[in-house]
Amino acid sequence: MADTIILEVARFSPERDSQIGYQTFEVPLRSDWMVLDALNYIKDNIDGSLTFRWSCRMGICGSCGMMVNGVPKLTCETLIAQFAPGPVRIEPLEHFPVVKDLVIDMDVFLEKLQKVRPWIVRKDDRLPAREFLQTPAQLEAFHQYSLCINCMLCYAACPVFGLDQDFVGPAALALAERYNLDSRDQGAPERTDVLSQHDGIWDCTVVGECSTVCPKGVDPSLAIQQYKLTATKEWFKTWLLPWGNK
Amino acid sequence: METSSHDIVLIGGGGAGLRAAIAIAEANPRTDIAMVSKVYPMRSHTVSAEGGAAGVAADDDSIDEHCYDTVSGSDWLGDQDAIEIFCNEVPKELLRLEHWGCPWSRQPDGRIAVRPFGGMKKMRTWFAADKTGFHLLHTLFQTSLKYTSITRYDETFATRLLVDDGTVHGVVAIELRTGRIRAILAKAVIICTGGCGRIFPFTTNANICTGDGMALAYRAGAPLKDMEMVQYHPTGLPFTGILITEAARAEGGWLLNKDNYRFLQDYDLGKPTPTPVLRSMELGPRDRVSQAMWHEFQKGRGFKGPYGDYLHLDLRHLGEHKIETRLPMVRELCLKYENIDPVRQPIPVRPVQHYMMGGIHTDVHGATPLKGLYAAGEAACVSINGSNRLGSNSLGELLVFGARAGKAAVEYVANGVERRHPNHLLAIALDEERRLEHQYTSSDGTERIAKVREEMQRTMERGCGIYRDRATLVESANKLSELKERAARLRLDDHGRSFNTQLTAALELGFMLDVAETIVHCALNREESRGAHQRRDFPKRDDTKYLAHSLVSRTGEGPPRIDYLPVVITRWPPGERIYGRDH
Repeated sequence: MADTIILEVARFSPERDSQIGYQTFEVPLRSDWMVLDALNYIKDNIDGSLTFRWSCRMGICGSCGMMVNGVPKLTCETLIAQFAPGPVRIEPLEHFPVVKDLVIDMDVFLEKLQKVRPWIVRKDDRLPAREFLQTPAQLEAFHQYSLCINCMLCYAACPVFGLDQDFVGPAALALAERYNLDSRDQGAPERTDVLSQHDGIWDCTVVGECSTVCPKGVDPSLAIQQYKLTATKEWFKTWLLPWGNK
Repeated sequence: METSSHDIVLIGGGGAGLRAAIAIAEANPRTDIAMVSKVYPMRSHTVSAEGGAAGVAADDDSIDEHCYDTVSGSDWLGDQDAIEIFCNEVPKELLRLEHWGCPWSRQPDGRIAVRPFGGMKKMRTWFAADKTGFHLLHTLFQTSLKYTSITRYDETFATRLLVDDGTVHGVVAIELRTGRIRAILAKAVIICTGGCGRIFPFTTNANICTGDGMALAYRAGAPLKDMEMVQYHPTGLPFTGILITEAARAEGGWLLNKDNYRFLQDYDLGKPTPTPVLRSMELGPRDRVSQAMWHEFQKGRGFKGPYGDYLHLDLRHLGEHKIETRLPMVRELCLKYENIDPVRQPIPVRPVQHYMMGGIHTDVHGATPLKGLYAAGEAACVSINGSNRLGSNSLGELLVFGARAGKAAVEYVANGVERRHPNHLLAIALDEERRLEHQYTSSDGTERIAKVREEMQRTMERGCGIYRDRATLVESANKLSELKERAARLRLDDHGRSFNTQLTAALELGFMLDVAETIVHCALNREESRGAHQRRDFPKRDDTKYLAHSLVSRTGEGPPRIDYLPVVITRWPPGERIYGRDH
């Protein structure tokens, strides 16, 4: 194995640049280094102005998603040696506006998240004195959707979101489904109203890129298909059974 | 300068901050709340907590037993009034989380499941597999989204508290995206910024854990408490310092030395049994287990690795099913970061800085001695943890005392806070703006941030590791003075406004150096061994002199001043800490 590897890193300063450029850095190639370690090496030793988000460096906070050789990855858990002899291209996540270098503007996701009402909705405000009983099977029904770390890799991979920023998108839909499927929740009808207002979910072509790139094994694609089914049923109820189960 | 005004400002959007925000919104929906966080709240370090949250749930358990475990775990430095409040209120808090949707692991009949944890005599740790902190944080964050009274300032970096006439009235902060400096005025401020593990070279803590809130409070004149009490967790992965949860031992994992021997039996922690025994062996408290590992290294019974000595955590006998259902994240982390599968191979581990028992001095309502300033979570020291926190007491603590601080701040505001003329505060804010402007633009610095930070980390590991002594502490104190001078001459490559993470790294380094200095001086002053604070030159606990909290205050340019505040004893007089045998 060579001693070093070349990184081609996207650079963009809103105060200086009109478009993204690339800068090349040579960093040590170490078998136990992640891509994030290489970026930190640059920041600490070569160019302190290189800008990226990171925090937990253990794949759970969701801060450090970037495009690595064109694929959305959490850089804190992506070994750099697999790309030897290089070069490795590091870019900000696709489909988002760039704030600076590798930092994207993800406010659009926070708006979408709020819209899907990601909290337990109860018809009655009074709460039981003890826990809601929930069997392991009931927990299992929504559990995988609760593992979303909001890292935005699925949005960077989603062709529909790439074309239409209004699309609620994989993570927010998975989280809506996480609450819809939770035995403690009674908010599914409210969420259906919100989500079916937009055509986005019907554009989802079941490419499944979102599920492929998810670092936590969440399957947003399945959530979207399940959701389409629910929405269709609701639609039939509304139009064919106007007296029905609303 | 942008100015805005709210009733209560929270600094920090992790577990404590979010719990406080919800408590305020529920106590009075008309309260105007601001949450200032240097990251998006769901990125906060609460996300990394793994094992669980303790709260009495089972029929065979009692509040008193949880109190006793916590008191003895603290080596009698925890305040017993605070511990009683904590143990009483924590089950209700965990239940609130359940009602808000936290996916707690369950028993077959649908009730909450609990697991054993270190230093706890009963099974009382609620858990969501081994991603408890992640689920707790996301549940709180998502629930907080339904309260319209919360205004979030995401990715906004607090640099200074606005203090006038001994009262806190807000905070100055940098909006990272634009680089704009904001004055955020409020009648009360609650600091929930977590710990400061990044002061140390080998830590489980995230990059954001830089003691910001501790330093902000300290600089504003609030004392810090028990800062010498630094927790080393027994099981971190070598190189990265990534945490392998104590739940791995609670589920039956063994700690082995290079002779394949369960060495904890040599350290008065009980006798080995095939299945775990509560308050015994691998389920001993973290301070005692980490100290035993240190001694194993001294005796040459550890393995030698490229990142120092290590020992083995062996889970193989638990089987794939148990590891996959109870400890999925442990397996995931080992596979990704060590390229080993704990189903088939033992995990290399070494003690790693993990948690600050010390923090901003507060009472049981989260109030600091500074009017209008509150604190909760790891940033605060109530103290329920004394000189050693028990695993799974911190998630409960941030809920109980986050909620309490929120409610207390609502009451404080309701009682009518005298509004200062905003001109006074704006003058202070403008002064801070000038300081930051200078930081942005100055180009005459020579010191690299990473270099000064690394030297600070090295001196802290040397002086304030698992065992300490006068000579190395003095050396560390001197080194820190030198580093503080050098940190005034940092060189910045980035002079842009937008998202200047080099500027924030420089400010964080300043916070860390202040906090580091308090740790070293408190450790130097406490001439006894208690819990996590082990002095080789004073190996015994000294209840006549040090059954007391260290309170450390800033004194302008000189070394910090240290006073002592007696521990509150209610029902459990100081006694011997006994693990692995009857008492």
